Amino acid sequence: MLRDEDRIFTNLYGFQDFGLEAARKRGDWDNTAAILQNGREWIIDNVKESGLRGRGGAGFSTGMKWSFMPKNVTDKPVYLVINADEGEPGTCKDRDILRHDPHKLIEGCLIAGFAIGASACYIYIRGEFYNESSNVQRAIDEAYAAGLIGKNACGTGYSYDVFIHRGAGAYICGEETALIESIEGKKGQPRNKPPFPAQAGLYSCPTTVNNVESIAVVPTILRRGAGWFAGLGRPKNTGTKLFCISGHVNKPCNVEEEMGIPLKELIERHAGGVRGGWDNLLAIIPGGSSVPVLTKEICDTVLMDFDSLRDVRSGLGTAAVIVMDKSTDIVKAIARLSSFYAHESCGQCTPCREGTGWMSRVMQRMVTGNARMEEIDLLLQVTKQVEGHTICALGDAAAWPIQGLFRHFRPEVERRIQAYRNAAPLAAE
Amino acid sequence: MPKLTIDGIEIEVEPGTSILQACEQLGIEIPRFCYHERLSVPANCRMCLVEMERAPKPVASCAMPCGDGMVVKTNSETVLKARKGVMEFLLINHPLDCPICDQGGECDLQDQAMAYGFDRGRYLENKRAVQDKYMGPVIKTIMTRCIHCTRCVRFINEVAGVPDVGAVYRGEHMEITTFVEKAIGSELSGNLADVCPVGALTHKPYAFTARPWELRKTETIDVLDAVGSNIRVDSRGAEVMRVLPRVNDDINEEWLSDKSRYAYDGLKRQRLDRPYVRKNGKLVAVSWADAFAAIADKVKGVAGNRVAAISGDLADVEAQFALKELMGRLGSTNLDCRQDGARFDTSVRAGYLFNSGIAGIEKADVILLVGTNPRWEGTLVNARIRKRYLAGQVKIALIGEQKDLTYPYAHIGTGPETLQQLTDGSHPFSETLRNAKNPLMIVGMGAFQRADGLAVQAAARITGEVYGMFRDDWSGFNVLHTAAGRVGGIETGFLPGPGGRDLHGILDGASKGEIDVVYLLGADEIDTAKLGKAFVVYQGHHGDAGAHRADVILPGAAYTEKNAVYVNTEGRPQLARLAAFPPGEAREDWKILRALSEALGATLPFDTQTQLRQRLIAANPIFAAVGQMTPATWSPFGAQGPVDSAPFVSPITNFYMTDPISRASVTMANCVEALVGPAQERTGTHG
Repeated sequence: MLRDEDRIFTNLYGFQDFGLEAARKRGDWDNTAAILQNGREWIIDNVKESGLRGRGGAGFSTGMKWSFMPKNVTDKPVYLVINADEGEPGTCKDRDILRHDPHKLIEGCLIAGFAIGASACYIYIRGEFYNESSNVQRAIDEAYAAGLIGKNACGTGYSYDVFIHRGAGAYICGEETALIESIEGKKGQPRNKPPFPAQAGLYSCPTTVNNVESIAVVPTILRRGAGWFAGLGRPKNTGTKLFCISGHVNKPCNVEEEMGIPLKELIERHAGGVRGGWDNLLAIIPGGSSVPVLTKEICDTVLMDFDSLRDVRSGLGTAAVIVMDKSTDIVKAIARLSSFYAHESCGQCTPCREGTGWMSRVMQRMVTGNARMEEIDLLLQVTKQVEGHTICALGDAAAWPIQGLFRHFRPEVERRIQAYRNAAPLAAE
Repeated sequence: MPKLTIDGIEIEVEPGTSILQACEQLGIEIPRFCYHERLSVPANCRMCLVEMERAPKPVASCAMPCGDGMVVKTNSETVLKARKGVMEFLLINHPLDCPICDQGGECDLQDQAMAYGFDRGRYLENKRAVQDKYMGPVIKTIMTRCIHCTRCVRFINEVAGVPDVGAVYRGEHMEITTFVEKAIGSELSGNLADVCPVGALTHKPYAFTARPWELRKTETIDVLDAVGSNIRVDSRGAEVMRVLPRVNDDINEEWLSDKSRYAYDGLKRQRLDRPYVRKNGKLVAVSWADAFAAIADKVKGVAGNRVAAISGDLADVEAQFALKELMGRLGSTNLDCRQDGARFDTSVRAGYLFNSGIAGIEKADVILLVGTNPRWEGTLVNARIRKRYLAGQVKIALIGEQKDLTYPYAHIGTGPETLQQLTDGSHPFSETLRNAKNPLMIVGMGAFQRADGLAVQAAARITGEVYGMFRDDWSGFNVLHTAAGRVGGIETGFLPGPGGRDLHGILDGASKGEIDVVYLLGADEIDTAKLGKAFVVYQGHHGDAGAHRADVILPGAAYTEKNAVYVNTEGRPQLARLAAFPPGEAREDWKILRALSEALGATLPFDTQTQLRQRLIAANPIFAAVGQMTPATWSPFGAQGPVDSAPFVSPITNFYMTDPISRASVTMANCVEALVGPAQERTGTHG
């Protein structure tokens, strides 16, 4: 269990003010200039050493990502973009950072921007987060007023602007290239890669897109040392992580914990346990709606980090733990996710545009069992036809929950189909 | 130069080549819908997926640049499965109404479904239906068939430069639309139906009229402007069913303007299909012999200097050459092919040609438009300028009327005095021109159709000289003509001879009674009221202004009905070919003149078109180089003199109706109603 002194987000619950003064008391903006004076290489190396992996879902090494940015100054400006379009169902970690600890993010923006040689930072905030964006804007204003960002940021001679861009509420704009398109004022549709944003991103300039949490932890890592961060968790899965626990638990919560904490311990200790006891557990989606569901047997022992969850054919994703007890209609739950993806598909590329609707419709029928047995395999084939064939990962995200469902709960679906046929044999023929 | 292996074959390609292009070089066909070589690459159809070693999933070959050491497989099990999957997705919501679809038989989806489609559908849900959209008078929409490749959106935004088409909504509800149900305000909108790989966008005038396999395809050229776009005329029997562009990267790439594409229904209306002679003020149908006799009666005994000939916008080279020879035999030097009244020096080829070539626009870094609205005078020239603009690093300026040209430009003046300011360096834009590597000037007929045309031409020439537009390695002085017959007429010498009158002189003489006989070779855009009491012979194919005034009408052939040479504004001779025979008793124009010459006792020395062309080539060798531009050598042209400060005015006030064919076209009338004049201002909420 994470010790209190190892917590990074000390105002996660908003018990203190989010303003600059309170943030300074919590240790933010403490001699940021000294960090910057260590130079770009030092910052990137330290972040690499800390083993920080992107907190937005994919888990790519943050330091590595920064090192892809051009080393030498060209005629093109370089941008840092913060992905605060937190829309993954079950996830609410960035939201608490934005509203209760925005200065952590802004300080992180300055350091990360400095490390990649950026001239400006855009924070893309989900449209629904109105209060969050106004808190962040206030924090930005305070930071400008205090000379922490803007011209000659922190007195280092480095000029750096931070802007907020509010989204309009599309899930797909959380995909980094769709987010870039959206900032440019276009329809939020993911771009084809290559070129990657590090080569041609926002306005065709080198760009790094990072999640809020990834950036907000950077100042603390650099202050306390890469070794401290790397010492938490397991090798390759280091540090602390915000977990969003929701669903059938006694006390749904957001909590910062060490990476690699056993799932069961996480729920029992912080969320007051599963409603009706651990044995009442049916399944858990461990990382937001896009990752496959886990059964209770797996949940008994699995550790909450990138590699452990990958080994059980799921993923840490955004670490949004969605707990479902035995009262849950698991087929209906997954069907709901399917219709979410059908609704949020941008419609650009064929497999996702056509496939999500198809999958969603078949899933809706499977909820009542109004389907033929063969359609289970057909549906799985369709998920395979979508997965890996799309421009962005939304196609994969739409396919995985269904694959997870049939991996673990196929008998339940078969039972329903049989029951439906038994109840109305003529209609089903 | 990256070296990669595709299906076991090694290939070295230019840097930046995509895998799909590399495959094409090897002759490996990659199915695709969204990829179009002249548009940006969105890689959204996912049909072109290929397998690449060390890539975790199939990659879209159209968007993946070739890299050194890549190993690509285009026909593996994985690839086939991926493509079949994509094809199934495309078909689940496609109506499969091929039997009633105009795209049937030439549909990419149909063709590729033969290779990658399943034999039955597995989709048991209801299919999607999409409301059709209004896209103007020439594009018909059946949006349920749309496969969302977004070629149309990219075409209209990139090539046409009119942001009128886009996609709204998302996921499976995504729709291609014009947003506010308005006609697409582009002269290139017909190309939307060409780029559409399925039957979602089709040609409205062609709807339900023919099947591609029952059409005879004739490769010919367009004559409704001076660009000389390469076209294919599809005909059934004697009827032209549709006109499509052909690829010619030097001229029209693969686009075609709406007028060139859709005016063909004008070929069926108002046609002159038999000779007429005016008797007692009324035109009476007669035989060819009687018509010739009527002309011979009038012409015999008339002094040569009292006879004149004017050729029109659609006149081909052979006819103009034959008429010129005939006039010479009649002793007349009163000839002019510039029926629009333009005054410019024709003694130096460089002075009236589009010297850089249309493709040369892409090499320019500063473009100066003088007295022209290229969007209407040469739509595909304008498209080329826009292409140059999109490539970046170019400055464009206009002297003349301010119009929306689909790209931004600096409006630096309205009349000839701006040219003089540029020459003496007093104009702020001079600096830009001075720093230009390849400055390019396009002078339109608006600059020459005025009394001081020759002086304006000289002023433009001097500006060009000052800024290095006449160099050995760069010809940046260009004249954009508006008529397909014009340059051909000049090159054949259909111009006032020694002591001869030009158009103004002819009309002046006719109204004063100094000219007795005027021969109009398809000349309809002159002021016929000025012909006075002259005896008018009209040879042409449409009952337009000229025929109304005529005393004798000789029915000729339209451009789809004869083998003929036309010279475009670049000075490039091209062949028009017979796609359908002329209606009724109408004949090819040079044959009419040959027959008439005999009736007049001035027999022309050729009996076949080959003999005629041989004489033509002997007179001017540029006609031997069909399809080629013969570079023009430069020497001073124009006549320096005082210029009027009046602003330049574009000669075209209505793009859709500039010649007898388009004036007779119902489709063009619909376009005028929808797009020209007050109707253009309408919005979706209007009335």
